[in-house]
Amino acid sequence: MTNKGETVSPDDKLDLSGVLCPINFVKTKLKLEEMEVGQVLEVILDDGEPMKNVPRSVKAEGHKIIGVEKLTDETYKILIRKETD
Amino acid sequence: MEGLKEQLRKESKKAKLDFNELKSGGFIKQTQKDLFTVRLRCPGGKVNAEQMRKAGEIADKFGRGEIHISVRQSIEVPYVSYKDFDAVAESLREIGWAVSSCGPRLRVPTACAGCTYNPNGLTDTQGICAEVDKRYFGIETRHHKFKTSFSGCPIDCFRTREMDLGFQGVLEPKLIEDECNGCELCVKACDEGALKMDGELPVRDWDKCIHCGDCVKVCPVDAMVSNRIGWLARVGGKHGKHPYFSYEIANFLTDDQVYVLIEKTMSWYQENAVGRERIGAAIERLGLERYMNDVVDPLGLEAIRDQKDRRKYYAKGNFYDK
Repeated sequence: MTNKGETVSPDDKLDLSGVLCPINFVKTKLKLEEMEVGQVLEVILDDGEPMKNVPRSVKAEGHKIIGVEKLTDETYKILIRKETD
Repeated sequence: MEGLKEQLRKESKKAKLDFNELKSGGFIKQTQKDLFTVRLRCPGGKVNAEQMRKAGEIADKFGRGEIHISVRQSIEVPYVSYKDFDAVAESLREIGWAVSSCGPRLRVPTACAGCTYNPNGLTDTQGICAEVDKRYFGIETRHHKFKTSFSGCPIDCFRTREMDLGFQGVLEPKLIEDECNGCELCVKACDEGALKMDGELPVRDWDKCIHCGDCVKVCPVDAMVSNRIGWLARVGGKHGKHPYFSYEIANFLTDDQVYVLIEKTMSWYQENAVGRERIGAAIERLGLERYMNDVVDPLGLEAIRDQKDRRKYYAKGNFYDK
Protein backbone atom coordinates (compact mmCIF):
# COMPACT_ATOMS: atom_id res chain seq x y z
CA MET A 1 0.00 0.00 0.00
CA THR A 2 1.37 3.33 -1.06
CA ASN A 3 -0.36 6.07 -2.94
CA LYS A 4 1.62 5.54 -6.09
CA GLY A 5 0.60 1.94 -6.40
CA GLU A 6 3.77 0.24 -5.17
CA THR A 7 3.25 -2.29 -2.42
CA VAL A 8 5.33 -2.16 0.73
CA SER A 9 5.01 -4.70 3.50
CA PRO A 10 5.54 -3.17 6.92
CA ASP A 11 8.31 -4.38 9.25
CA ASP A 12 6.22 -3.63 12.30
CA LYS A 13 2.68 -2.61 13.21
CA LEU A 14 1.01 -0.43 15.81
CA ASP A 15 -2.73 -0.19 16.41
CA LEU A 16 -3.40 3.20 17.97
CA SER A 17 -7.15 3.31 17.49
CA GLY A 18 -8.70 4.84 20.59
CA VAL A 19 -5.34 6.30 21.70
CA LEU A 20 -5.42 10.05 22.28
CA CYS A 21 -2.93 12.81 21.34
CA PRO A 22 -0.13 13.12 22.18
CA ILE A 23 0.20 9.56 23.56
CA ASN A 24 -0.33 8.17 20.05
CA PHE A 25 2.62 10.17 18.75
CA VAL A 26 4.84 9.19 21.70
CA LYS A 27 4.03 5.50 21.13
CA THR A 28 4.82 5.90 17.43
CA LYS A 29 8.10 7.58 18.28
CA LEU A 30 9.10 4.87 20.78
CA LYS A 31 8.31 2.15 18.27
CA LEU A 32 10.35 3.91 15.56
CA GLU A 33 13.27 4.13 17.98
CA GLU A 34 13.36 0.33 18.19
CA MET A 35 13.46 0.02 14.41
CA GLU A 36 16.26 0.36 11.85
CA VAL A 37 16.60 3.19 9.36
CA GLY A 38 14.80 2.25 6.16
CA GLN A 39 12.26 -0.02 7.88
CA VAL A 40 8.54 0.69 7.57
CA LEU A 41 6.03 0.99 10.41
CA GLU A 42 2.30 0.60 9.88
CA VAL A 43 0.14 2.65 12.25
CA ILE A 44 -3.62 2.63 12.66
CA LEU A 45 -4.94 6.05 13.68
CA ASP A 46 -8.34 7.51 14.45
CA ASP A 47 -9.71 10.19 12.16
CA GLY A 48 -9.85 13.71 13.58
CA GLU A 49 -7.13 15.05 15.89
CA PRO A 50 -4.88 11.98 15.62
CA MET A 51 -4.85 12.12 11.81
CA LYS A 52 -4.31 15.84 11.92
CA ASN A 53 -1.42 15.71 14.38
CA VAL A 54 0.49 12.43 14.20
CA PRO A 55 1.55 12.48 10.52
CA ARG A 56 2.67 16.08 10.91
CA SER A 57 4.74 15.31 14.02
CA VAL A 58 6.25 12.22 12.39
CA LYS A 59 7.27 14.36 9.44
CA ALA A 60 8.75 17.02 11.75
CA GLU A 61 10.89 14.28 13.34
CA GLY A 62 12.41 13.67 9.92
CA HIS A 63 10.62 10.44 8.91
CA LYS A 64 8.69 9.84 5.71
CA ILE A 65 5.04 8.96 5.34
CA ILE A 66 4.91 6.70 2.32
CA GLY A 67 1.28 5.71 2.41
CA VAL A 68 -2.14 6.70 3.69
CA GLU A 69 -5.20 4.50 3.40
CA LYS A 70 -8.71 4.94 4.71
CA LEU A 71 -9.84 1.79 6.54
CA THR A 72 -13.25 2.80 7.89
CA ASP A 73 -15.04 6.10 8.43
CA GLU A 74 -13.23 6.40 11.75
CA THR A 75 -9.78 4.93 11.10
CA TYR A 76 -6.83 5.34 8.79
CA LYS A 77 -3.71 3.30 8.18
CA ILE A 78 -0.45 5.14 7.55
CA LEU A 79 2.94 3.77 6.57
CA ILE A 80 6.01 5.47 8.01
CA ARG A 81 9.53 4.87 6.75
CA LYS A 82 12.18 5.50 9.39
CA GLU A 83 14.65 8.00 7.93
CA THR A 84 16.94 8.94 10.82
CA ASP A 85 18.10 7.57 14.17
CA MET B 1 -4.03 62.05 39.03
CA GLU B 2 -2.56 65.56 38.91
CA GLY B 3 -2.78 65.68 42.69
CA LEU B 4 -0.78 62.50 42.97
CA LYS B 5 1.93 63.80 40.67
CA GLU B 6 2.12 67.01 42.68
CA GLN B 7 2.34 65.12 45.92
CA LEU B 8 5.07 62.94 44.47
CA ARG B 9 6.98 65.97 43.30
CA LYS B 10 6.97 67.40 46.79
CA GLU B 11 7.77 64.11 48.43
CA SER B 12 10.47 63.39 45.91
CA LYS B 13 12.27 66.55 46.95
CA LYS B 14 12.19 65.42 50.56
CA ALA B 15 13.45 61.98 49.63
CA LYS B 16 15.99 63.40 47.12
CA LEU B 17 14.25 61.41 44.37
CA ASP B 18 15.06 61.82 40.73
CA PHE B 19 11.66 62.58 39.20
CA ASN B 20 12.93 61.36 35.84
CA GLU B 21 12.63 57.83 37.16
CA LEU B 22 8.88 58.33 37.31
CA LYS B 23 8.45 59.65 33.80
CA SER B 24 8.82 56.31 32.09
CA GLY B 25 5.73 55.31 34.04
CA GLY B 26 6.87 51.93 35.33
CA PHE B 27 5.77 52.74 38.89
CA ILE B 28 2.06 52.20 39.41
CA LYS B 29 0.18 53.66 42.36
CA GLN B 30 -1.37 51.09 44.68
CA THR B 31 -4.42 51.33 46.93
CA GLN B 32 -2.09 51.51 49.92
CA LYS B 33 -0.60 54.87 50.86
CA ASP B 34 2.93 55.47 49.57
CA LEU B 35 3.14 52.06 47.94
CA PHE B 36 3.67 51.35 44.28
CA THR B 37 3.94 48.36 41.97
CA VAL B 38 7.16 48.31 39.98
CA ARG B 39 6.58 47.02 36.45
CA LEU B 40 9.73 45.53 34.94
CA ARG B 41 10.44 45.63 31.25
CA CYS B 42 10.05 42.16 29.70
CA PRO B 43 9.47 42.45 25.93
CA GLY B 44 7.83 39.29 24.62
CA GLY B 45 7.75 37.96 28.17
CA LYS B 46 11.41 37.01 27.82
CA VAL B 47 13.82 37.42 30.71
CA ASN B 48 17.05 35.67 31.49
CA ALA B 49 17.89 33.93 34.76
CA GLU B 50 19.89 36.93 35.98
CA GLN B 51 16.82 39.15 35.53
CA MET B 52 14.65 36.62 37.35
CA ARG B 53 17.07 36.67 40.29
CA LYS B 54 17.08 40.47 40.22
CA ALA B 55 13.27 40.60 40.31
CA GLY B 56 13.36 38.30 43.33
CA GLU B 57 16.04 40.41 44.97
CA ILE B 58 13.96 43.57 44.50
CA ALA B 59 10.84 41.86 45.83
CA ASP B 60 12.74 40.69 48.92
CA LYS B 61 14.57 43.93 49.55
CA PHE B 62 11.98 46.58 48.65
CA GLY B 63 8.65 44.73 48.42
CA ARG B 64 7.04 41.93 50.37
CA GLY B 65 8.72 39.04 48.62
CA GLU B 66 5.85 38.83 46.13
CA ILE B 67 5.81 38.95 42.36
CA HIS B 68 2.87 39.36 40.01
CA ILE B 69 3.00 38.29 36.36
CA SER B 70 0.89 40.74 34.38
CA VAL B 71 -1.43 39.76 31.55
CA ARG B 72 0.99 41.53 29.20
CA GLN B 73 3.96 39.40 30.23
CA SER B 74 5.55 41.88 32.59
CA ILE B 75 7.06 40.92 35.92
CA GLU B 76 5.68 43.26 38.58
CA VAL B 77 6.90 43.76 42.13
CA PRO B 78 4.15 45.13 44.38
CA TYR B 79 4.41 46.99 47.71
CA VAL B 80 7.44 49.14 46.88
CA SER B 81 7.64 52.50 48.68
CA TYR B 82 8.16 55.54 46.46
CA LYS B 83 11.08 56.38 48.70
CA ASP B 84 12.92 53.38 47.28
CA PHE B 85 12.40 54.27 43.59
CA ASP B 86 15.96 55.49 43.18
CA ALA B 87 17.41 52.44 44.86
CA VAL B 88 15.26 50.14 42.71
CA ALA B 89 16.28 51.93 39.53
CA GLU B 90 19.95 51.77 40.55
CA SER B 91 19.64 48.08 41.37
CA LEU B 92 18.13 47.43 37.92
CA ARG B 93 20.85 49.44 36.20
CA GLU B 94 23.48 47.12 37.70
CA ILE B 95 22.39 44.46 35.20
CA GLY B 96 21.31 46.84 32.43
CA TRP B 97 17.60 46.41 33.15
CA ALA B 98 14.85 49.00 33.50
CA VAL B 99 11.24 49.53 34.47
CA SER B 100 8.49 49.28 31.89
CA SER B 101 5.83 51.86 31.12
CA CYS B 102 2.24 52.80 31.66
CA GLY B 103 0.30 55.87 30.56
CA PRO B 104 -0.14 57.27 27.03
CA ARG B 105 2.83 55.52 25.48
CA LEU B 106 3.69 52.74 23.13
CA ARG B 107 3.84 49.84 25.56
CA VAL B 108 6.24 46.94 25.71
CA PRO B 109 5.29 44.60 22.87
CA THR B 110 4.16 41.08 23.76
CA ALA B 111 4.86 37.92 21.80
CA CYS B 112 4.58 34.14 21.80
CA ALA B 113 7.54 31.80 21.34
CA GLY B 114 6.99 31.97 17.58
CA CYS B 115 8.81 29.71 15.19
CA THR B 116 11.87 29.41 17.44
CA TYR B 117 10.40 26.48 19.36
CA ASN B 118 6.62 26.34 18.95
CA PRO B 119 5.61 23.79 16.27
CA ASN B 120 2.73 26.00 15.11
CA GLY B 121 4.88 29.13 14.83
CA LEU B 122 5.42 30.53 11.36
CA THR B 123 7.31 33.74 12.15
CA ASP B 124 10.06 34.87 14.51
CA THR B 125 7.85 36.76 16.95
CA GLN B 126 10.52 37.06 19.64
CA GLY B 127 13.05 38.51 17.23
CA ILE B 128 10.74 41.20 15.86
CA CYS B 129 9.31 41.90 19.32
CA ALA B 130 12.79 42.67 20.69
CA GLU B 131 13.47 44.95 17.74
CA VAL B 132 10.15 46.81 18.05
CA ASP B 133 10.80 47.26 21.77
CA LYS B 134 14.24 48.64 21.03
CA ARG B 135 12.99 51.06 18.39
CA TYR B 136 9.64 52.27 19.68
CA PHE B 137 9.19 51.49 23.38
CA GLY B 138 7.86 54.40 25.41
CA ILE B 139 7.03 56.73 22.50
CA GLU B 140 4.47 59.27 23.70
CA THR B 141 1.15 59.00 21.85
CA ARG B 142 -0.33 62.31 23.15
CA HIS B 143 -3.64 60.49 23.64
CA HIS B 144 -3.79 57.09 25.27
CA LYS B 145 -1.96 53.80 25.56
CA PHE B 146 -0.85 52.00 22.43
CA LYS B 147 -0.42 48.25 22.55
CA THR B 148 1.27 45.96 20.07
CA SER B 149 1.68 42.22 20.02
CA PHE B 150 3.02 39.44 17.84
CA SER B 151 1.49 36.01 17.29
CA GLY B 152 3.40 33.45 15.27
CA CYS B 153 0.35 31.82 13.67
CA PRO B 154 -3.43 32.24 13.24
CA ILE B 155 -4.15 30.52 16.57
CA ASP B 156 -3.25 34.02 17.76
CA CYS B 157 -2.36 33.31 21.39
CA PHE B 158 -1.19 36.91 21.70
CA ARG B 159 -4.58 38.29 20.76
CA THR B 160 -3.54 40.58 17.97
CA ARG B 161 -7.24 41.32 17.45
CA GLU B 162 -7.29 43.17 20.76
CA MET B 163 -4.24 45.34 20.07
CA ASP B 164 -4.02 48.88 18.84
CA LEU B 165 -1.70 47.35 16.26
CA GLY B 166 -1.22 43.61 16.10
CA PHE B 167 0.81 41.35 13.84
CA GLN B 168 0.18 37.69 13.22
CA GLY B 169 2.26 35.19 11.25
CA VAL B 170 0.77 33.94 7.95
CA LEU B 171 1.89 31.40 5.37
CA GLU B 172 0.80 31.26 1.74
CA PRO B 173 0.71 27.64 0.59
CA LYS B 174 1.39 26.48 -2.94
CA LEU B 175 0.75 23.04 -4.46
CA ILE B 176 3.39 21.43 -6.68
CA GLU B 177 0.98 19.21 -8.57
CA ASP B 178 3.60 16.77 -9.92
CA GLU B 179 4.71 15.89 -6.38
CA CYS B 180 1.20 15.32 -4.98
CA ASN B 181 0.20 11.70 -4.36
CA GLY B 182 -3.43 12.50 -3.58
CA CYS B 183 -3.27 11.24 0.01
CA GLU B 184 -5.80 13.87 1.23
CA LEU B 185 -3.90 14.53 4.47
CA CYS B 186 -3.95 18.27 3.73
CA VAL B 187 -7.73 18.14 3.34
CA LYS B 188 -7.99 16.46 6.74
CA ALA B 189 -5.55 18.92 8.32
CA CYS B 190 -7.48 22.00 7.17
CA ASP B 191 -9.79 23.20 9.95
CA GLU B 192 -11.24 25.87 7.66
CA GLY B 193 -12.62 23.50 5.05
CA ALA B 194 -10.61 25.43 2.48
CA LEU B 195 -9.35 22.30 0.73
CA LYS B 196 -11.27 19.62 -1.08
CA MET B 197 -10.28 16.90 -3.49
CA ASP B 198 -10.97 17.41 -7.17
CA GLY B 199 -10.06 14.03 -8.61
CA GLU B 200 -6.53 13.26 -7.45
CA LEU B 201 -5.57 16.79 -6.40
CA PRO B 202 -6.57 19.12 -3.55
CA VAL B 203 -8.05 22.44 -4.64
CA ARG B 204 -8.11 25.50 -2.43
CA ASP B 205 -10.86 28.02 -1.75
CA TRP B 206 -8.81 31.15 -1.01
CA ASP B 207 -11.89 32.82 0.48
CA LYS B 208 -11.62 30.31 3.34
CA CYS B 209 -7.83 29.88 3.69
CA ILE B 210 -6.51 31.81 6.70
CA HIS B 211 -2.86 30.99 5.97
CA CYS B 212 -2.12 28.80 8.98
CA GLY B 213 0.23 26.48 7.09
CA ASP B 214 -1.21 23.27 8.54
CA CYS B 215 -1.52 21.80 5.04
CA VAL B 216 2.18 22.42 4.40
CA LYS B 217 3.24 20.98 7.72
CA VAL B 218 1.24 17.78 7.23
CA CYS B 219 2.09 17.08 3.59
CA PRO B 220 4.13 13.86 3.59
CA VAL B 221 5.63 14.33 0.13
CA ASP B 222 6.46 18.06 0.19
CA ALA B 223 3.97 18.75 -2.58
CA MET B 224 2.22 21.45 -0.53
CA VAL B 225 4.94 24.01 0.15
CA SER B 226 5.30 27.51 1.49
CA ASN B 227 5.22 30.15 -1.21
CA ARG B 228 5.87 32.97 1.26
CA ILE B 229 5.63 33.83 4.94
CA GLY B 230 4.82 37.22 6.42
CA TRP B 231 2.68 39.21 8.84
CA LEU B 232 -1.04 39.93 8.83
CA ALA B 233 -1.57 43.41 10.30
CA ARG B 234 -4.56 44.38 12.44
CA VAL B 235 -5.43 47.83 13.72
CA GLY B 236 -7.82 49.37 16.22
CA GLY B 237 -8.36 46.65 18.80
CA LYS B 238 -8.50 47.04 22.55
CA HIS B 239 -9.80 45.30 25.61
CA GLY B 240 -11.16 47.04 28.69
CA LYS B 241 -14.70 48.00 29.60
CA HIS B 242 -15.79 48.18 25.99
CA PRO B 243 -13.56 46.00 23.84
CA TYR B 244 -12.97 46.57 20.14
CA PHE B 245 -11.98 43.83 17.75
CA SER B 246 -9.49 45.15 15.24
CA TYR B 247 -9.67 45.38 11.46
CA GLU B 248 -7.42 43.30 9.23
CA ILE B 249 -5.72 45.92 7.09
CA ALA B 250 -2.81 44.36 5.20
CA ASN B 251 -1.36 40.94 4.56
CA PHE B 252 2.06 39.36 4.09
CA LEU B 253 4.08 42.24 5.46
CA THR B 254 7.85 41.84 5.70
CA ASP B 255 9.61 42.77 8.96
CA ASP B 256 10.63 46.12 7.46
CA GLN B 257 7.04 46.82 6.45
CA VAL B 258 5.99 46.10 10.04
CA TYR B 259 8.37 48.80 11.29
CA VAL B 260 7.18 51.43 8.82
CA LEU B 261 3.54 50.58 9.51
CA ILE B 262 4.11 51.09 13.23
CA GLU B 263 5.82 54.43 12.59
CA LYS B 264 3.18 55.73 10.21
CA THR B 265 0.30 54.49 12.35
CA MET B 266 1.77 56.14 15.45
CA SER B 267 2.09 59.47 13.58
CA TRP B 268 -1.46 59.12 12.29
CA TYR B 269 -2.74 58.43 15.80
CA GLN B 270 -0.80 61.34 17.28
CA GLU B 271 -2.20 63.71 14.65
CA ASN B 272 -5.76 62.45 14.26
CA ALA B 273 -6.97 61.23 17.61
CA VAL B 274 -8.84 63.49 20.00
CA GLY B 275 -8.33 63.60 23.72
CA ARG B 276 -7.89 60.24 25.33
CA GLU B 277 -9.43 58.14 22.59
CA ARG B 278 -7.70 54.96 21.50
CA ILE B 279 -6.83 54.52 17.84
CA GLY B 280 -9.83 52.21 17.39
CA ALA B 281 -12.17 55.01 18.45
CA ALA B 282 -10.40 57.47 16.16
CA ILE B 283 -10.87 55.04 13.26
CA GLU B 284 -14.53 54.59 14.18
CA ARG B 285 -15.00 58.35 14.19
CA LEU B 286 -13.03 59.13 11.02
CA GLY B 287 -13.77 55.94 9.08
CA LEU B 288 -11.49 53.04 8.25
CA GLU B 289 -11.17 54.33 4.67
CA ARG B 290 -9.42 57.41 5.97
CA TYR B 291 -6.82 55.35 7.85
CA MET B 292 -6.35 53.06 4.84
CA ASN B 293 -5.86 56.04 2.53
CA ASP B 294 -3.56 57.91 4.89
CA VAL B 295 -1.42 55.06 6.16
CA VAL B 296 -1.72 51.72 4.36
CA ASP B 297 -1.87 52.82 0.71
CA PRO B 298 1.13 55.21 0.75
CA LEU B 299 3.27 52.38 2.13
CA GLY B 300 2.42 50.15 -0.83
CA LEU B 301 1.28 47.32 1.42
CA GLU B 302 -0.89 44.42 0.28
CA ALA B 303 -4.00 46.09 1.61
CA ILE B 304 -7.12 44.26 2.76
CA ARG B 305 -9.78 46.64 1.53
CA ASP B 306 -13.11 44.87 1.58
CA GLN B 307 -15.07 43.78 4.58
CA LYS B 308 -15.76 40.50 2.77
CA ASP B 309 -12.02 39.75 2.71
CA ARG B 310 -11.89 40.21 6.48
CA ARG B 311 -14.84 37.97 7.20
CA LYS B 312 -12.87 34.72 7.11
CA TYR B 313 -10.73 35.94 10.02
CA TYR B 314 -13.71 36.84 12.22
CA ALA B 315 -14.62 35.24 15.51
CA LYS B 316 -17.32 32.63 15.18
CA GLY B 317 -20.33 32.36 17.43
CA ASN B 318 -19.95 35.62 19.33
CA PHE B 319 -22.80 37.78 20.51
CA TYR B 320 -22.32 40.82 18.33
CA ASP B 321 -25.02 41.86 15.92
CA LYS B 322 -24.21 40.52 12.51
